[in-house]
Amino acid sequence: MNKKPLGYGALFIAIALLPFLGVYPIFAMKVMCYALFACAFNLLIGFTGLLSFGHAAFLGAAAYAAGHAMKVWGFPPLVGIAFGTLMAAVAGLVFGLLAIRRSGIYFSMITLALAQMLFFYFLQAPFTGGEDGLQSVPRGSLLGINLESDSALYYLVLAIFIFGFWLIYRTVHSPFGQVLTSIRENEARATSLGYDAARFKLMAFVLSAALAGLAGATKTLVLGFATLTDAIWTTSGLVILMTLVGGMGTMVGPIVGALVIIALENKIGDLGQWLASLTGIQWFGGLGESVSLVTGLIFIVCVLAFRRGLVGEAGALWERVRKT
Amino acid sequence: MTDFFGVPLPALLGQLLLGLVNGSFYAMLSLGLAVIFGMLNIINFAHGALYMMGAFLAWMGLEYFGINYWAMLLIAPLIVGVFGLVIERLLLQWLYKLDHLYGLLLTFGLTLVIEGVFRSFFGVGGQPYAAPEALSGATNLGFMILPNYRAWVVVASLVVCLGVWVLIEKTSLGATLRAGTENPKLVQAFGVNVPRLVTLTYAGGVALAGFAGVLAAPILQVNALMGSNLIIVVFAVVVIGGMGSILGSILTGLGLGVVEGLTKVFYPEASNTVVFVVMALVLLVRPAGLFGKEK
Amino acid sequence: MKTTLKSIALASVLACGAIGAQAQISGDTIKIGIITDMSSVYADIDGAGGVEAIRMAIADAKGMAAGKKIELVFADHQNKADVAASKAREWFDTQGLDLLIGGTNSGTSLAMAKVAAEKKKPFISIGAGTSRLTNEECTPYTIHYAYDTVALANGTGAAVTKSGGKTWYFLTADYAFGTSLQADTSAVVAKSGGQVLGAVKHPLNASDFSSFLLQAQSSKAQILGLANAGGDTINAVKAANEFGITKTMKLAGLLMFINDVHSLGLKTTEGMYLTDSWYWNQSPEARAWSRRFFEKMKRMPSSLQAADYSAVSHYLKAVEATKSDDGDKLMAQMKATPVNDFYTKATIRKEDGRAVHDMFLLQVKTPKESAEPWDYFKVVTRISGDDAFTKLADSKCPLVKK
Repeated sequence: MNKKPLGYGALFIAIALLPFLGVYPIFAMKVMCYALFACAFNLLIGFTGLLSFGHAAFLGAAAYAAGHAMKVWGFPPLVGIAFGTLMAAVAGLVFGLLAIRRSGIYFSMITLALAQMLFFYFLQAPFTGGEDGLQSVPRGSLLGINLESDSALYYLVLAIFIFGFWLIYRTVHSPFGQVLTSIRENEARATSLGYDAARFKLMAFVLSAALAGLAGATKTLVLGFATLTDAIWTTSGLVILMTLVGGMGTMVGPIVGALVIIALENKIGDLGQWLASLTGIQWFGGLGESVSLVTGLIFIVCVLAFRRGLVGEAGALWERVRKT
Repeated sequence: MTDFFGVPLPALLGQLLLGLVNGSFYAMLSLGLAVIFGMLNIINFAHGALYMMGAFLAWMGLEYFGINYWAMLLIAPLIVGVFGLVIERLLLQWLYKLDHLYGLLLTFGLTLVIEGVFRSFFGVGGQPYAAPEALSGATNLGFMILPNYRAWVVVASLVVCLGVWVLIEKTSLGATLRAGTENPKLVQAFGVNVPRLVTLTYAGGVALAGFAGVLAAPILQVNALMGSNLIIVVFAVVVIGGMGSILGSILTGLGLGVVEGLTKVFYPEASNTVVFVVMALVLLVRPAGLFGKEK
Repeated sequence: MKTTLKSIALASVLACGAIGAQAQISGDTIKIGIITDMSSVYADIDGAGGVEAIRMAIADAKGMAAGKKIELVFADHQNKADVAASKAREWFDTQGLDLLIGGTNSGTSLAMAKVAAEKKKPFISIGAGTSRLTNEECTPYTIHYAYDTVALANGTGAAVTKSGGKTWYFLTADYAFGTSLQADTSAVVAKSGGQVLGAVKHPLNASDFSSFLLQAQSSKAQILGLANAGGDTINAVKAANEFGITKTMKLAGLLMFINDVHSLGLKTTEGMYLTDSWYWNQSPEARAWSRRFFEKMKRMPSSLQAADYSAVSHYLKAVEATKSDDGDKLMAQMKATPVNDFYTKATIRKEDGRAVHDMFLLQVKTPKESAEPWDYFKVVTRISGDDAFTKLADSKCPLVKK
């Protein structure tokens, strides 16, 4: 029964060992940040049933806030990340208060509209650097350990990731989480049982936004910059894809989804170039562009056939195999 | 010259006129979207990509086959419509019983695929497309010089939009369409082939997008991303107008184009976002949209 | 059941991790990487042609330098600074990159310069224009090779103002390059007795310039300064003609290349001034190299593509001389050796990495004056390097000791 924490523990140990297996630490850290982002998003869609089209706004808000805090105000890394997360939570509160009033597709459209407005602010505000982005964010040091070293930073990022994941796990498996699930299943019934659905939805929204912000702020620390890509609507689409591919409503699904999508993004370009140099056909070099093509195909296939995502489908398969 | 809030009148009128041109595109695209949503309950994210496809078909027609603009005005929407037919039969029909969300996600995936294909062949840089001889040149309106082609765009869009509105609201085919939206089972019981109607509606809706694409080709650079820049604005237009309301989309589309133009005069940087501000306000005050009916 | 899910996740993580593993450091090759815009608004002026030019440089060095094989990698940054910075970092960390070449787009070059400085490897920026690379954002590892916005301003800006264009209005690309160009040109215009009436910013790779041009027209300025490049300049010029802006304002293309003139045609661009570092028809050596390039790419090279060749050749000569791939040694060698080839004669300033060489003020020929295909420019004056670029005394680079 209590095998779950063991399973997660094994997973985290595996991730901790990755640098020693020759995995490029920056790549792994990037995956962890996006995995946390996807898990935060999944809290909202998978467990509360709310589809936000503007989640990138929180990623971007925290990325810029943390970046600015660490670069211009000289905040140490953890304080900078905390500040970024706080900003994302505030944004989440404002967005949530406005969006919760409506439901279904209208809820989603309001989140999109608000995210676009925040994006426009980032585009214009001088501190973000607009198209050029916020560059040269220093990594600083933690407890005397210089974070310039990728391996040192790796374990900090892993710790943050585990913390975020643990927070989501505790939320989902708590009475609060059960209310959220009941709201997703049948909001009218939950209300009739005396639960203030709006308040619960808002709390879930703010929590999801804050954790998305945690992911964004950490990503700034890792990569050393924050750009408009973090807040643009296609990134909101990306996190939806990651969660869908991985499995909505599962705990580990978003992590798998993030890994698959980011690995795809990275490797397709290289694969294309290798094919181009091998065959001499220039078109393969453009395969790097077809990240969107492959991503789109995955989207279509998932919606038609694998609605439960990789983890969901694998779980269902396992159940069937176990029963026979 | 008279000044209007500190802005010279010619500049104001010029931007309003340009805004009307943009509004015509919004109107046509949101019209197609609204028709599809009303009939299929599918939020067709691929609308932008199909608009881009229309523009590219016009360009390819001229570049590879020497087919001129006027012919492509008819051919391109036809090809896009057939493509839409295939998509609907192959992919969309499985989703009607599911939540809105899945239709949106699938068409989003479709957008990525279509854009990816065009991008890999043509890159992201724009291909120039010249306006046809008959429409080139410009007219001096006094407050600005307006290229004749842009005036044509406004006229063509209005004619087509009005035509579609008449078709849906005033003809018996339109009535059947509307009935099919309200109660498909009953309409099918009357002997109408509802699935075929649905397919044709989707094909027709995206054909409208393709038509808009051909109209846009001489104005904008024909490039793989021209649809994605536009699609979320068009969504906003449909939501503001009221999802499913034909007239609402047309009027809102034109109106928002003009509002955008006005914003360009006073606060140019905000012109991209004013649509979303309006949408957020409308959704909070009148959730069903300006012309919509709450379902 | 859940444990099994964890196992599956575990397995996939490990598997993907193994695929993602890329930690071989190549110590026995000279790896050169170029990150530029390959598919978007700046694809023609550098892009695949730039990559080809570098291939030519490597081939001319017989593919070897200091006994090691030379390898070339390239990537498309899609005009996104984060893509450029991430790719550069990945190449430095996992592929043992020795030289990073920055193609077009100033925002990406600024980001790449920082990564190269962190990794202590040479970075040669060729396509970017922002003068910040050798001023506020200078590093000991940056070389700004071909041109910069100061040179453009001192060339075109001064020439247009002096020939009667006293009032200016700018149409500016809204990022590092456009901002730099507008700022530097405004300073030159003011110094030459002109006046800047206003500016409007447009997003990079904008498709419709009509509303921006209307704003420009209502300012009633004499000159419309196009502080943008590549596809943006082409579209802006086309739209200006379409809307009759050219009847009341003269266009000043502050950064133009031969590819833009080729796209627009001589009728649209005749008489326009432009400042450039090189022109394919300027000397017999230039012509010879350009014919070679033309054979491969079927179009004449832009100055950026020639600069790509020249910069990489210069680097490879430095590698031969020092027999090392150490970043500091190579930077010292490249700065100590003057450049002297078909592209230019230049010295790279020790303090800020600015390659100082002569620039040309060119003017687009009329269709009658053009004798052969691609014969588009006539040289108006030669601007000496000291006059074109920022003087060391005025430099805002923190490394320059005052």
